[in-house]
Amino acid sequence: METMTLKLRVWRQPSTATDGELVEYTASNVSPDMSFLELLDVVNDGLIKKGEDPVAFDSDCREGICGSCGMVISGVAHGPKSATTACQLFMRHFNDGDTVTVEPWRANAFPVVKDLVVDRSAFDRIQAAGGYVSVDAGGAVDANEMLIPKGDADAAMDAAACIGCGACVASCKNASASLFVGAKVTQLSLMPQGQPERDRRVLSMVEQMEAEGFGPCSNEGECEAVCPKEISVSHIQTLHREYIRASLRRITST
Amino acid sequence: MLEGKFPEGPLESKWERHKFDMSLVAPANRRKHSVIVVGTGLAGASAASTLGELGYNVKAFTILDSPRRSHSIAAQGGINAAKNYKNDGDSVYRLFYDTIKGGDYRSREANVHRLAEVSVDIIDQCAAQGVPFAREYGGTLSNRSFGGAQVSRTFYARGQTGQQLLLGAYGSLMRQVDRGQVELLTRREMLDLVLVDGAARGIITRDLVTGAIERHAADTVLLCTGGYGNIYFLSTNAGNSNVTAAWRCARRGAYMANPCYVQIHPTCIPQSDEFQSKLTLMSESLRNDGRVWVPKTAGDERSPQQIPEDERDYFLERKYPSFGNLVPRDVASRNAKSVCDEGRGVGSTGRAVYLDFSDAIDRLGANVIAERYGNLFQMYERISGDDVYVEKAMRIYPAVHYVMGGLWVDYNLMSNIPGLHVLGEANFSDHGANRLGASALMQGLADGYFIAPYTVPHYLANAKLEPVGTDHPAFEEAEKSVRERVDALLAVDGSKTVLEFHRDLGKIMWNKVGMSRNEQGLKEALSELRALRDEFWRDVKVAGEAADLNKNLEHALRVADYFEFGELLIRDALDRAESCGGHFREESQTEEGEAKRKDDIYAYVAAWEYKGTDQEPELHKEPLTFDFVEVKQRSYK
Ligand SMILES: Cc1cc2nc3c(=O)[nH]c(=O)nc-3n(C[C@H](O)[C@H](O)[C@H](O)COP(=O)(O)OP(=O)(O)OC[C@H]3O[C@@H](n4cnc5c(N)ncnc54)[C@H](O)[C@@H]3O)c2cc1C
Ligand code: FES
Repeated sequence: METMTLKLRVWRQPSTATDGELVEYTASNVSPDMSFLELLDVVNDGLIKKGEDPVAFDSDCREGICGSCGMVISGVAHGPKSATTACQLFMRHFNDGDTVTVEPWRANAFPVVKDLVVDRSAFDRIQAAGGYVSVDAGGAVDANEMLIPKGDADAAMDAAACIGCGACVASCKNASASLFVGAKVTQLSLMPQGQPERDRRVLSMVEQMEAEGFGPCSNEGECEAVCPKEISVSHIQTLHREYIRASLRRITST
Repeated sequence: MLEGKFPEGPLESKWERHKFDMSLVAPANRRKHSVIVVGTGLAGASAASTLGELGYNVKAFTILDSPRRSHSIAAQGGINAAKNYKNDGDSVYRLFYDTIKGGDYRSREANVHRLAEVSVDIIDQCAAQGVPFAREYGGTLSNRSFGGAQVSRTFYARGQTGQQLLLGAYGSLMRQVDRGQVELLTRREMLDLVLVDGAARGIITRDLVTGAIERHAADTVLLCTGGYGNIYFLSTNAGNSNVTAAWRCARRGAYMANPCYVQIHPTCIPQSDEFQSKLTLMSESLRNDGRVWVPKTAGDERSPQQIPEDERDYFLERKYPSFGNLVPRDVASRNAKSVCDEGRGVGSTGRAVYLDFSDAIDRLGANVIAERYGNLFQMYERISGDDVYVEKAMRIYPAVHYVMGGLWVDYNLMSNIPGLHVLGEANFSDHGANRLGASALMQGLADGYFIAPYTVPHYLANAKLEPVGTDHPAFEEAEKSVRERVDALLAVDGSKTVLEFHRDLGKIMWNKVGMSRNEQGLKEALSELRALRDEFWRDVKVAGEAADLNKNLEHALRVADYFEFGELLIRDALDRAESCGGHFREESQTEEGEAKRKDDIYAYVAAWEYKGTDQEPELHKEPLTFDFVEVKQRSYK
């Protein structure tokens, strides 16, 4: 099998408080059947053998569903192939001799922890602010008591497919989290189960999003372009609509 | 003799009766109790949120940066429940029966019946959380079929069922975090269990960002840390899945049950090169519409659609006409292996069989197939570079996927260590020697939403626990032993990396303790594993420092535990000289090559007690008795 040699320029930053820089490494014998993370595994094993610190990056499932991996590859969140996470990006999409730059997500709300690892706990806090239906275990009615038209269930599933990786934030010049929040708000506003908390949910999730330091959406659509799950920007319009609706209802009810 | 402590009475009323008999903790007293939940997959997230809802003070831990990333997120195909919405003859009893039979009569009747009973509540709970299950045009829930069953009882959310169920549980968990009932500690790895007066009273963790070793005390510990399939290096499990938490408990005295019961899933994307870090599952749901075959003659190198119908061997349909492509996983995997061993395997390595969709595409149209399996076809294309819509077939091969073995628990999901509860894949409880598809999600959520919330309070109400602080000498001792282990690994400073050792360990396990096992191979595996373990402690090179984010050190700690635990797994496989479910001993097969159990000798749960490094572990047997189903050799013909 033909192998390739690539030049990697990788962001190295020992900790949040220290400065970082791009460091160059050569990766040889790269097989086209390797994933991008497997390439980093090989580079790291080489560094370890030389007594150097390996490149820190997050990954878990390595099949595009957990949202752990996330890195900017040659200027694009998750790399050049659309609808693909870094772990599902295979080296057959690169050419021998390519130079590839690898950087962490960059956003104030996602501080770098080390190298390519960032702190995305802001997403958890937004979820905690209201991204759920308040139902205690044991209190549910029979699942078929609430009928949901297939179209609504499918549309809710489209939105629910978000893996929370943060590529949308990383690709946005304002580091906005609107697509992430919009996807959750859309999912639950489409389902009858989500109705009782519909207003409260959108107001508190947006409030938390702003408190975390994510910027506003200025409709560039970069988020949709890099989203590995192709979550549609239309969810951001839904978010705005839901927010206005809830704000107006709050005003009229007080 | 070890006892499961099952309630008396008829099968159908054991759990109802037991729920009434168990003690309660009054609402005002619940906040006086603290609970540690390790792991935030389906089992851990559902248990932590539910105990939080009830008013207990919960601390939840995960290795990952968010609970939502836990391995459960990757489950694709679906979750079983005996709803009988399809009116096709399903019932709680039938799900119970299918699970006992699917597990090859190596699970407990009382546990499995309870699982089947609560399965219906799980679907209601998840639907109420807003999980976007697949629906029919009339708005009711859809179902599909899974292996080992002749009814359609599997609920699903496209090919992302685990994701949607986990996000539902995660939502409930984050709600409790917001209410202050649950304290969430992410990027924390449990490295030891702390016992005080023989009871589980806390854990030692490593902060994976700073490297700080920390102590956490509580009244009870719930271990929900998933399975140990990664001992094979290549598996469908997530990279951080490990045996460390469970093994550290075993070293503190918790029995490890049936460690040799490993599930090898028939439909995974074959390995392509030696750098590969994981294998990817193609959901069992594909066997609803895909037909498994190989060419009739060895060495046929034509592309699949050029091989005419009469030159194909649909070996599962041929050998098992009543279940066909939907035979249980162990049966499908072994048959795929044996046709490849005959030289009839396909693909560049000859270690693959076809899963063919041409009939289904002709019958239903490409659109319907795309709607059902589009995301799986896309995943297949990403990894293999091949387009299923063009080839109309995938190449698949079995891979390590799930472990039925795990820490021993009684009917209350408590291990032999008082106060140590074990939930989800980490326990051994319900699947016997083989798990049916779509039943792991069911079990994890059953344990977390509907069983532990009854049995854990029962323990707390009766345990009479003294208050314990983290300054107790037991915490000091455990912390010290963790530090020593970390330092010892960093001190070796050899020449071979952790990844290389893990890969070599995986090869031993896969080749000799995999789909087909025999006494000689197992003995060889044992000595090879020991030799590799010695080499590991002599020559491993672990990068970086203890007081830093150090993923290489995390990996090293886990691999070191796999070496210790692996020995037990092999011993268990040696001890069980019968074939049952996923454990196939070549010495024990029928004339047709099917697994042959030896009920007169091996109808027991093997619960192993750790006795110290290089000491023989002690085997405790929990006899399995069947009062309600008739025990037969399984047949899917
Ligand atoms: C690809 C794939 C597809 C599957 N599809 C299906 C399906 O369709 N249907 C089905 O029923 N089953 C399926 N399964 C099986 C099922 O997903 C798992 O058995 C189940 O999700 C396990 O859940 P769990 O909560 O027990 O553990 P996990 O989800 O594995 O969670 C473990 C948790 O424990 C944490 N943890 C582990 N060790 C430590 C430690 N030492 N310290 C701190 N935290 C720790 C982890 O970080 C994680 O949060 C599938 C499995 C795979 C691999
Ligand atoms: S590692 Fe899970 S999405 Fe990439």
